[in-house]
Amino acid sequence: MIEVQNLTKKYSNLTALDNISFKVGKGSILGFLGPNGAGKTTAMRILTGYLPATEGYVKIAGFDVLSDPLQAKQSIGYLPENTPLYTQMRVRSYLEFMAELRNVPGAEIKNAVDKVIEKCRLTEVPRRIIRTLSKGYRQRVGIAQALVHNPPVLILDEPTIGLDPQQIIEVRQMIKELKSEHTVILSTHILPEVSAICDRVIILSKGKLVAEDAPDNLAQRIMGTAKITVAAKGPQNEIKAALGKIAGVTGVATQGKDNYHVESLPECDLRAAIAKTIVQNNWELLELRSCDVSLEEVFLHLITKEEEVLP
Amino acid sequence: MRAIWAVFKKELKTYFTSPIAYTLFVVFLFLGGYFFFSLTAAFNMQSMHYTQYNAPMNVLNMDEMIVKPLFYNLNIILLLMMPLLTMRIYAEEKKSGCMELLLTSPITSWQLVAGKFLSALFLYMLLLVITLAYPLILFLYGNPDLGKIAGAYLGMLLVGASYIAAGTMASSLTENQIVAAATSFGLLLTFWIIGWAGHFVEGNASHALNYISLVEHFAEFVEGVVDTKHLVYYFSFIGFNLFLTNQFLELK
Repeated sequence: MIEVQNLTKKYSNLTALDNISFKVGKGSILGFLGPNGAGKTTAMRILTGYLPATEGYVKIAGFDVLSDPLQAKQSIGYLPENTPLYTQMRVRSYLEFMAELRNVPGAEIKNAVDKVIEKCRLTEVPRRIIRTLSKGYRQRVGIAQALVHNPPVLILDEPTIGLDPQQIIEVRQMIKELKSEHTVILSTHILPEVSAICDRVIILSKGKLVAEDAPDNLAQRIMGTAKITVAAKGPQNEIKAALGKIAGVTGVATQGKDNYHVESLPECDLRAAIAKTIVQNNWELLELRSCDVSLEEVFLHLITKEEEVLP
Repeated sequence: MRAIWAVFKKELKTYFTSPIAYTLFVVFLFLGGYFFFSLTAAFNMQSMHYTQYNAPMNVLNMDEMIVKPLFYNLNIILLLMMPLLTMRIYAEEKKSGCMELLLTSPITSWQLVAGKFLSALFLYMLLLVITLAYPLILFLYGNPDLGKIAGAYLGMLLVGASYIAAGTMASSLTENQIVAAATSFGLLLTFWIIGWAGHFVEGNASHALNYISLVEHFAEFVEGVVDTKHLVYYFSFIGFNLFLTNQFLELK
């Protein structure tokens, strides 16, 4: 559905995007993840045809953004950063204008607008002036505007920024529901968001694509270890030594009194073995828990390490 | 064509759902009305003096004393106000980020330029229609020259369209509305007074400076003369500015 090949964007002395390639299949949600200034917005602007690329090409639904801009743009619904809207317009007439601009046939405009109002849960506010709406509603108007011509591809730049937790959950739910009919690319710097909604994630750092995978795989593959937290009462050095002897353990670290972090090879669950060791030595086992490597750790790991981690 | 129409309608709605159109109309018509009143009053006073002293009445000419100065005055109000109408046209869209939505919609930048220019022009034409009240009053109490008034209106239309075109061009350069207004005002005023420089040089240079002056061409319309060379001048002024607007939009 979306094909990006060797995309490079250079400003006079700054490389905003450096040789990025990826593909997104139909009906999936791709997340762009990266710290501020990583090139997420630039990438999205090039994808939507707002900015020209220095090198490389972008194909949306088979149309090259540069040589077939009108067809490519027809296939995209775009929510730019900070949700720009005509704040003096009413929700409904704004959506009608957007539908007309995106070539929805005159007779179908009413229907198309009704549909997105329903889909984006705007049924209570179609007559309201956009300026008077809350941030959450504005965000939904922004998404509705991107959806109104029923494009196969949706590109959402930070769709949940500035919303309260309740609204974030609602917007995420909405995006998930869109997956069945649309291919979605969204950008975020909020990590849990990626694991909550995305099928695949691309991590950008300083304009480079540093990782691409499903969120769960990313954690495992990149860290290469599993972690277990143990809390046990007993002589600290002895416990540490005993834990280190268990087969599969690659490292033990103490953290405060009675707390230990055990690192092991991935895919071997050592919890039973650890419990046994501690009980057999007559120490008191207080807590035993495997902790998944969080996306935060992966993220930090990736963006602080410059080398490529792609296979 | 549909995209132009969509942009046209949206722009027009913006003018009338915000105070822009009303403020423009009220200020323009108030000042225009004041000029019309004082010109008519002066004409009236002179007429009375002439009847008192049995002076020959044919020296008094409504066209020379009211119509001509009135349209010059309206033109000056326009010169001051048009930059304020046009400054927001692109600058506001850029500032709010809506430009990104417009330019990523399946429309060409020409359609955007055309829609926005035509809607501002339409608003201005509505304003001109209201000013028809002034000549109408003259027709009720006297017999001014219809040809001169028609010519003046055509001139006003063309000169106003030129101001709009230059204003949209200035607005497409920046996201700051004040910068846009100052730029277009400076540009228009320069094109007004550039003819003065023609007095200090000779030959072709003088002709050229006079030719590019916006107001030199307006003068003949008020005399009731519609010459193709003036039409060509205004159309090329408008076309060139819209061309530049389109280029600036694509530049980003």
